[in-house]
Amino acid sequence: MTDERENGEDVTTPLLEIRGLSVSYRTRGGTVPAVRGVDLDVLPGQVTAVVGESGSGKSTTAHAVTRLLAANGTIDAGTVRFGRHDLATLSEAELRTVRGARIGLVPQDPTVSLNPVKRIGEQVAEVLRIHGLATRRSAPAEAVAVLDRAGLPDAAVRARQYPHELSGGMRQRALIAIAIAAKPELIIADEPTSALDVTVQRVILDHLQHLTEESGTAILLVTHDLGVAADRAQRLVVMEQGRVVEAGPTRDILADPRHEYTRRLLASAPSLTAARPRTPASAPKANAVPLVEVRHLVKEFRLPRTEDGPQVLRAVDDVSFTLHRGQTLALVGESGSGKSTTARLALRLTDASAGHILFDGTDITTARGARARELRRRAQLIYQNPYASLDPRFSIGEVITEPLRAFKVGDRASRLARARELLDRVALPAATLERRPAELSGGQRQRVAIARALALSPDLVVCDEPVSALDVSVQAQVLDLLAELQADTGVAYLFISHDLAVVRQIAHQVAVMRSGRIVETGPPEDLFTHPRHAYTRELLAAIPGGRAPSPTATVESTTS
Amino acid sequence: MRRYVIKRLAQAVGVLWAAYTVSFLVLDFLPGDPVTAMAGAGMDSGDVDPARLAALRHEYGFDKPILAQYADYLGRAVRGDFGDAVSTGRPVTSTLADALPQTLQLTGAALLLAVLLGGGLAVVATYTSQRWLRQLLLSLPPLGVSVPTFWVGLLLVEVFSFRLHWFPAFGNDGLRGLVLPALTLAIPTGALVAQVLAKSLLTALDQAYVETARAKGAGRWRVHLRHALRNASLPALTVVGLLVGQLIAGSVVVETVFSRDGLGRVTAAAVTVQDIPVVQGVVVFGALIFVATNLLVDLVYPLLDPRIVVASDRRASFV
Repeated sequence: MTDERENGEDVTTPLLEIRGLSVSYRTRGGTVPAVRGVDLDVLPGQVTAVVGESGSGKSTTAHAVTRLLAANGTIDAGTVRFGRHDLATLSEAELRTVRGARIGLVPQDPTVSLNPVKRIGEQVAEVLRIHGLATRRSAPAEAVAVLDRAGLPDAAVRARQYPHELSGGMRQRALIAIAIAAKPELIIADEPTSALDVTVQRVILDHLQHLTEESGTAILLVTHDLGVAADRAQRLVVMEQGRVVEAGPTRDILADPRHEYTRRLLASAPSLTAARPRTPASAPKANAVPLVEVRHLVKEFRLPRTEDGPQVLRAVDDVSFTLHRGQTLALVGESGSGKSTTARLALRLTDASAGHILFDGTDITTARGARARELRRRAQLIYQNPYASLDPRFSIGEVITEPLRAFKVGDRASRLARARELLDRVALPAATLERRPAELSGGQRQRVAIARALALSPDLVVCDEPVSALDVSVQAQVLDLLAELQADTGVAYLFISHDLAVVRQIAHQVAVMRSGRIVETGPPEDLFTHPRHAYTRELLAAIPGGRAPSPTATVESTTS
Repeated sequence: MRRYVIKRLAQAVGVLWAAYTVSFLVLDFLPGDPVTAMAGAGMDSGDVDPARLAALRHEYGFDKPILAQYADYLGRAVRGDFGDAVSTGRPVTSTLADALPQTLQLTGAALLLAVLLGGGLAVVATYTSQRWLRQLLLSLPPLGVSVPTFWVGLLLVEVFSFRLHWFPAFGNDGLRGLVLPALTLAIPTGALVAQVLAKSLLTALDQAYVETARAKGAGRWRVHLRHALRNASLPALTVVGLLVGQLIAGSVVVETVFSRDGLGRVTAAAVTVQDIPVVQGVVVFGALIFVATNLLVDLVYPLLDPRIVVASDRRASFV
């Protein structure tokens, strides 16, 4: 199954040749195998993408190459041939001459991957110093040059700054600078852009690709996003549960996925699939009172004062929208666009600086006490991170019935019955009631969070990036579930997302936000086909997978 | 920055006032009074002329109502006058000033030892790849925290003075005399530093930036000292600030065990005879040192971690 590769097209010797690699982690519950007998090649100057969901072992495989495994991880078997070395058995001291010098690493999360107490320039210079590529004297200037090459604007200024003074995108450029500083032959990029905004993602990936094409550096790209892999990689390696299930040229795999898992992954990739059928938007009755109506909403935050006197940040700037019962309005934008603040305002979790919020016809802009509490009952929230939003000490039953207890709805028995019914709704077995959040997977937890949000039969549920922490196949299931529940209960969703591809699957109306303002509104079909605002076009272009041949019609492109 | 320091100084005045007031109240609740204690200690027989005692009480103001006494003492304390020691008749400030150098030597040496030993232990314990050594080293701090100071002192004296004759068992003479008392005082303090630093080092070593450093090809020692240690030092620094108070308190026991002159002995003696002015002076002085150290620690934070901004406006809002 795995040997679809090398149809006589690549005869070059691989730069990196992994054979029979097995890695396991020691845990309290015994030894857990993470990678089982993986074979993988990276050819010089090529991009090879390893795709799979969390737990597939893709990241472990990448880290095992330079033996940067967690303390409890060990390589049990296999060889990692790189040049004339077998990295799996090389001594620690020899390995250090490979790390950073011949193999660079671009880590997953730029916000935590730089040492917070050291200046950017110092951190780049360190690579050069370790490998004797610069002297103490020449290192600072060379670091600036490398930062410049990594595409960091004002490199000389940035070099003197600390990581927290830079945006996520700039930090990722600094990390790329660290990876390319010693001009390595291979760069391992572990989900290099998953923590970044889509438009930034694209620029960073473009730059990384450009740099490596220029210098002939190969990339081992680890990603959960099939769209990203399709855009960037010449070769694709699909992993599932520690094994390689399919490998070969990207075009071939996308056009003709052999393995059932690859097909499933392709089907659920939001960026590669067309819109799925939504709940038909029942046109709101004429003169029907909208569920939520927001008029000229403004929210300002005070910033620390500077010499020029007090500063204010306008996080939400003259925002107006209407949401009808049974419909989904998506607020789309990048981090800092004000979408989350808008949702918090609508839920009365924070006070508006100006403007009005009407909920079911009543002005709730300044509602307090009993009226605000009544609103809590009718408007619920689903958070982004299901790993943090469930109290780890509660049983699932307690989690789901908490809103009922808070509003003193029913007695113990009827609350439990309601919890069971809700679990059934979100397709979890009744036995889940007794379990703890830690025992559930991310997707299961988000289902529990949905059940909790629906416990009081609210009219409105605000979904704050509800699927962005989940694997793609799970994402699709959760989105389907949300749509199904909407069809059944007529609940309205205010859906916040940075991901246009996800929004397309669920929203009836989309509002694109930028710097606190709504720049464009409309049904998703119109927005996707005739974007009017330049920013919307930019967002659309940034969706990964856009350059990939579509899975259905690619036969002709393979020959090009 | 300047506003921040001014605000902190105002807070410090509040703390000093509170320390003064609480100690005043506590001492007032104790049975008896200093005049009786002094009279009893100074004379062999129990017959003391009641008239003389009353005169003494009047002289020191102990016959006034408690609030009046408080106002009186506080008013003078604000001007830096803590009155005269009841037992010796010398001014409290000069009594403390005479004892201070000895105690500063002791606590300073102890603090240095605590940081070096505790910090060193934490660094080595988290660096070593020998499991047994790590376990052994990490089990020392809890032991150091839990054994009583006086017992450690007696043990050290027994071994290093009486058996090995390396260091004198008591007295104030020079550096050699300082070793055992400073070590005694440093053990529980250093143990706490070690515990906190080891814990935060382990946390720091788990961070993503450590992986970045390793991926650069940095050796373990470089990763440990240049990347993890500085990030881990903040919690340890906080603890050191708090431990300065403990060191001053510990000097009472240590100076007694080793018969050293110093602030601790003065305190112990003053408490025994209920010499309220002296005890008050010690309390306020101790609070002063504590507040000053912690202000210093807060001002050092931003030097170690650039993310910490010493700001007077804490309402910097979330965006």
